[in-house]
Amino acid sequence: MLNSSYNQAPLIEIPDPMLRAVLFFPLFCLALLSAPFSARAAMEIQVIGGAASKISVAMVPFQAAPGQPVPALTQIAGGDLERSGQFRLVDVGGMQQPVAPAQVNYGIWRGKGADAVVIGQVAALPGGRFEVRFHLLDAVKQTQLAAFSYTISATQWRPTAHQIADIVYEKLTGIPGAFSSRIAYVQKQGKRFELRVADADGQNPRTVMRSNEPVISPRFSPDGARLVYVSFEDKKPVVYMQSLRDGGRSKVAAFKGSNSAPAWAPDGRRLAVVLTRDEASQIYLINADGSGLTRLTRGGNLDTEPVFSPDGQTLYFTSDRGGSAQIYRVAASGGEPRRVTFSGGYNVSPAVSPDGRHLTYISREGGRFRVVLHELASGQTRVLTDTARDESPSFAPNGQAVLYATVQGGRGVLGTVSLDGKTRTRLSESGVDAREPAWGP
Amino acid sequence: MNKIFWPILLALTLSACGTTTGTQATVEDRTGDQTGATAAKPAGADSTGVDGTGVAGSALPADQYAGDPRKDPASPLSKRSIFFDFDSYVVKPEYRPMLEAHAGYLQSKRDARLILQGNADERGSREYNLALGQKRAEAVRRALAVLGVSDAQMEAISFGEEKPRNEASTEEAYAENRRTDVVYADE
Repeated sequence: MLNSSYNQAPLIEIPDPMLRAVLFFPLFCLALLSAPFSARAAMEIQVIGGAASKISVAMVPFQAAPGQPVPALTQIAGGDLERSGQFRLVDVGGMQQPVAPAQVNYGIWRGKGADAVVIGQVAALPGGRFEVRFHLLDAVKQTQLAAFSYTISATQWRPTAHQIADIVYEKLTGIPGAFSSRIAYVQKQGKRFELRVADADGQNPRTVMRSNEPVISPRFSPDGARLVYVSFEDKKPVVYMQSLRDGGRSKVAAFKGSNSAPAWAPDGRRLAVVLTRDEASQIYLINADGSGLTRLTRGGNLDTEPVFSPDGQTLYFTSDRGGSAQIYRVAASGGEPRRVTFSGGYNVSPAVSPDGRHLTYISREGGRFRVVLHELASGQTRVLTDTARDESPSFAPNGQAVLYATVQGGRGVLGTVSLDGKTRTRLSESGVDAREPAWGP
Repeated sequence: MNKIFWPILLALTLSACGTTTGTQATVEDRTGDQTGATAAKPAGADSTGVDGTGVAGSALPADQYAGDPRKDPASPLSKRSIFFDFDSYVVKPEYRPMLEAHAGYLQSKRDARLILQGNADERGSREYNLALGQKRAEAVRRALAVLGVSDAQMEAISFGEEKPRNEASTEEAYAENRRTDVVYADE
């Protein structure tokens, strides 16, 4: 069964007296009514480059009974696979549409270069539900690699397609897929800020919070049920937590001074935050309910952007304690921080890979801010992007790609890049500014 | 006179916007959201916040600030921005007369509260820039503390690069945005 709870993303609206007054006019109410439709405008996806050797998959359109809707299941799942850079889609135009493995003519598919074939069918069930069956077949060995059946509602085509892509990806690469995961980001339109949650392909965006004041640094809880973020709605930065199930909000850190840069501990019970209540920006640990504040870093320097290692034992953070912005690590239990980055004068915004072996961060070189991958064991680094104003990198839940923000044609866009730097995608919507992305579960 | 109408306006607006929220929920339903749960919550959040702001906004008489020395363009108290050099967090000597005036005002009015809003230019990480803006706010806070202002009367915060005075991506704009603003809480 598919988990549909992730779709529940209620909208929080931060009130503004001026805006409310304007809304009094029916015309403006109409304008606002239409806003949710624009929120559904699809992001455009572009793939740039890709790996040299790719797995060829034939995604055969699933067969539906006459009169039934034919959803774009194979199109969505195929797009997922293609965007990873590890797959090539075999042209399936004019081919037979087998629904059972026994009907598959492997010779034809081999002739078209397919390493694997995906077939399936959709059947209507009573009560407006559907059954989706699919088979993943090895075209070389002529064996079945996977077969699944889903019973879904009419609103679950997309999540179903992403799950199919996850299974195909995992069976053919040995690595779990991340196509069913979600991203959060902030969209700026005029003077309005919207915190949004979308599918990992940038589609199906849902606004979960709106404000006339800036919002930055959203982060998913490890279970994906909550977001923490920094909102300026109180005329200063305050760390808020919001449930994605019921929209309930609470302040996690609203101390004197600035409150920012929240990061979840892997157990989802504690957070690291940056506070200025005692002196310059310093890192503190705090329980998710706002209790139990303890200070982690000390000194009159600037410490910010903490992030936990997957085992929760170490935090990486940005500091200017060495005279320039560099990344350091410190034990979650405290102690003396150790410097991690040494080359260049500006390395910021660290994120740790799910296996704890890599960091990604933003590095400035020759006036360009670009995404870097840093292997912790060897210290080796690789620049992954060729843009100039990259920000906020975060790893996919399967560690195979990095999501980041950059500027293209004068506006903020989101992109992903594979760890070899060879496959880049752009998730962009025309006329808006997207920034501060975070990849969640 | 205008202010009397605000609560009425707001109340009408609220009822008008109930419709809006309901429609949003309906739209989200197509994406698979649970409509019932989403409809009520945001409307509730709206009403609380709007009521609160409405009350606070209408309480002050219009002539509250008549004769306020902080509003007198001839007074150094009307000067509110301290600009910083690139990558610098040092308050330049030229701001001393202005800060002395604010320190004197705060010492004469113990209930006055000052918010120091640090800012940074847009280059680089938003969180790092938030911390850089904080350094600029703290620099002004320390300067005022040296001039005898009580810590209890001051709060240093940062807007980072989020609220630029000049939105252009030029050196001139960056210089304008490397700044701490001095704002009184009752303004």
